[in-house]
Amino acid sequence: MNINGKLIVSSSPHIRSVETIQSVMIDVMIALFPAALMAVFLFGYRALLTIIIAVAAAMLTEAIWRRKRDIFSDGSAAVTGLLLALILPATVPWWLVIVGSVSAIVVGKQVFGGIGYNIFNPALVGRAILVVSWGGHMAGDIWPSPQPFAFGYDISVVTGATVLAAPEKAVTFSLPELFIGNIAGSLGETSALALLIGGVWLVYKGHIDLRIPGGFIGTVFVIGVLFGGGFYGNIYMTGLFHVLAGGVMIGAIYMATDFVTTPVTPGGRLIFGIGCGLITMLIRLWGALPEGVTFGILLMNAFTPIIDNFTIPQRFGGVKKSA
Amino acid sequence: MAQSSFKGGVHPEDYKEMTSSLAIVKMPLPGKVVVPMQQHIGAPCELLADVEKIEKGCSVKAGQKLGDNKGFVSAPVHAPTSGTVVDIGPYNHPLGMKITAVTIEPDGKDEWADNIKPAGNLEDLSPDDIRKVVREAGIVGLGGATFPAHVKLSPPEGKPIDVVIINGAECEPYLTADHRVMLEKSEEIIFGLKTMIKALGAAEGIIGIENNKPDAQKVMESLVAEEENIRVCSLPTKYPQGAEKMLINVTTGRIVPAGELPMEVGVVNHNVGTAVAITQAIREGKPLVERILTVTGLGVNEPANLQVRLGTLASEVLEYCGGLKETTVKLLMGGPMMGLAQPNTDIPIIKGTSGILALTDEDVSLSESSPCIRCAKCVSVCPMSLMPTSIAKAAEHGDFKRAEKLYGLDCFECGCCSYICPSKIPLVQWIRIGKNEIMKSKKS
Ligand code: SF4
Ligand code: SF4
Repeated sequence: MNINGKLIVSSSPHIRSVETIQSVMIDVMIALFPAALMAVFLFGYRALLTIIIAVAAAMLTEAIWRRKRDIFSDGSAAVTGLLLALILPATVPWWLVIVGSVSAIVVGKQVFGGIGYNIFNPALVGRAILVVSWGGHMAGDIWPSPQPFAFGYDISVVTGATVLAAPEKAVTFSLPELFIGNIAGSLGETSALALLIGGVWLVYKGHIDLRIPGGFIGTVFVIGVLFGGGFYGNIYMTGLFHVLAGGVMIGAIYMATDFVTTPVTPGGRLIFGIGCGLITMLIRLWGALPEGVTFGILLMNAFTPIIDNFTIPQRFGGVKKSA
Repeated sequence: MAQSSFKGGVHPEDYKEMTSSLAIVKMPLPGKVVVPMQQHIGAPCELLADVEKIEKGCSVKAGQKLGDNKGFVSAPVHAPTSGTVVDIGPYNHPLGMKITAVTIEPDGKDEWADNIKPAGNLEDLSPDDIRKVVREAGIVGLGGATFPAHVKLSPPEGKPIDVVIINGAECEPYLTADHRVMLEKSEEIIFGLKTMIKALGAAEGIIGIENNKPDAQKVMESLVAEEENIRVCSLPTKYPQGAEKMLINVTTGRIVPAGELPMEVGVVNHNVGTAVAITQAIREGKPLVERILTVTGLGVNEPANLQVRLGTLASEVLEYCGGLKETTVKLLMGGPMMGLAQPNTDIPIIKGTSGILALTDEDVSLSESSPCIRCAKCVSVCPMSLMPTSIAKAAEHGDFKRAEKLYGLDCFECGCCSYICPSKIPLVQWIRIGKNEIMKSKKS
């Protein structure tokens, strides 16, 4: 057979791994599945609706903006929608979910030029816009108590503040409760357990670098120990409280590890994680808001290019600073 | 001390089982051989038109020198078999250009030149004698790097070499030629290693073999059991384990400084095939006129490990292997990670051709690239600890100063970054462009 003429000539390497953006995004969704399941288990049908609306709105917005028929496409819009849903309170009205999703995709991502070019985590941009513009729906005494096994129950009937609003009073919840997630909070942030399961999967798949969640959670813990005020019996338990309460777990494992908006260097990732933890705790302990994860990560996103530039790794065989 | 692994690297599917159990087959003399004047890194050979009267119509013997260069970093080329010179002129070369080559029509007698005779006992040869034999035999690195072997046997003043490493990693997917050589020519590898140790005055010889070849490890281990200064080192199976800096790091724990040669840390390494070629040059006086290569890939009807005369055309080799399948979309000289894609099969096998690989649309991914999602997977797999995404972006934007500052020149084009990238960005291609531009600006 004469093959000459139809052979492709291109530069090496000639084989590629099977991993694509889409396969990575599907892995992230799989990782978020336990947290989403937990959200529905705790907060019932309102949680399910919020998730469906947020994901659908995000995918649709992206497809319309890009004028592509392929709604799922690379899967990144669906991930953004899912993440956004998981950091909203179960009481949020459906139209606000749509506003959040559309803002996340348009303001958070597409105005920068689409995937790969955005500076800030799109889901967090969506949430921040809602917090700033519709604060009444996003903060204060709007957080429902979870009603496990009560799928059809309207959880917005009884609401209160999150444990972070008055941490000293949070002692009414045990730390195991905080770990399992049976407390008031955003849909997917309350269960450290579910978030950790997904995190292990992401580490196993090689999609997240432990330096980021490690630096983030470690910093929150240390500052919680040192300056948390020592409730829950001793200072270490206070540190643990700050790790388990609020959005630290979901932020550290799923938001601060977002590829596009975080550093690519190993050292930079550690710095980024520590920075997120630092700002989060600054806001929590001395700031005007009860929670600081959203703005902690967004602020660090802005520093990403600078961090990358200052942490260029030493090449193999490069000069080591002698001890 | 030896280390368990090196940083970075990837684990592509290796497809070695297609050929790893097939014994080396000696391919019959081809109908035509084409000998390019450049088959090594360094100064190209000049045709020996005056001394040896090589010209169109003349007859040559196997092993007769056809071209040479007085430069130190160069290696002569020889006639692979006896026959008549039918053409001298530019011919397709695996590097993707046309290079002056001597085309010989074999007479089928395969008569060797008169000066082909054993170099003598290894005990009686001085290091200088060995270097001379190796140089005259035109031996170069057969792993694919094609660096003249005698240069790597000549330690520079004040840089003693204490370790010689034989590279049996064969980390490129698909290729099994070195594996077969280790199984079938193990004694010649040891002799070649001893010859190198003598030439360099080294203290120790190490044979590094990836642990996906336990049979080869066993054979070599049993052969060196009695040798005090030679040992076999089992290497983790990970691409690019066979890259010299990674190999040296894992076998000895030494780190070759960036931009320097292994000699800097007292190490020299040679491929297993090179060791065999040196043995044959010493024992039989034979110059490098044939090599062992793997012909494989889903596009080849009858994959094989072949011993072929240099200069044999890929078309003849493929025909011998039952031809190509219709589904073939890519033809490579070398492995899939670092090999060179060929536009046609009218290309001669040269000293550095470790394999011919026919890939089908099944294994060649032709998907378009997406924007970089900054996942940093390329950063974590880079064995040189570089930032491939940033170097590639700098090169793409024409900012070659930045590409240089990001150590673009340290990239040895192993391909791990492009391989792993979920956005399918041709990173190595951009980095190569960057490297070329940096080199250009350095020269001017
Ligand atoms: S692997 Fe590809 S997508 Fe990921 S950072 Fe590198 S170039 Fe970007
Ligand atoms: S940058 Fe160069 S050395 Fe690093 S992985 Fe890519 S090709 Fe290999």
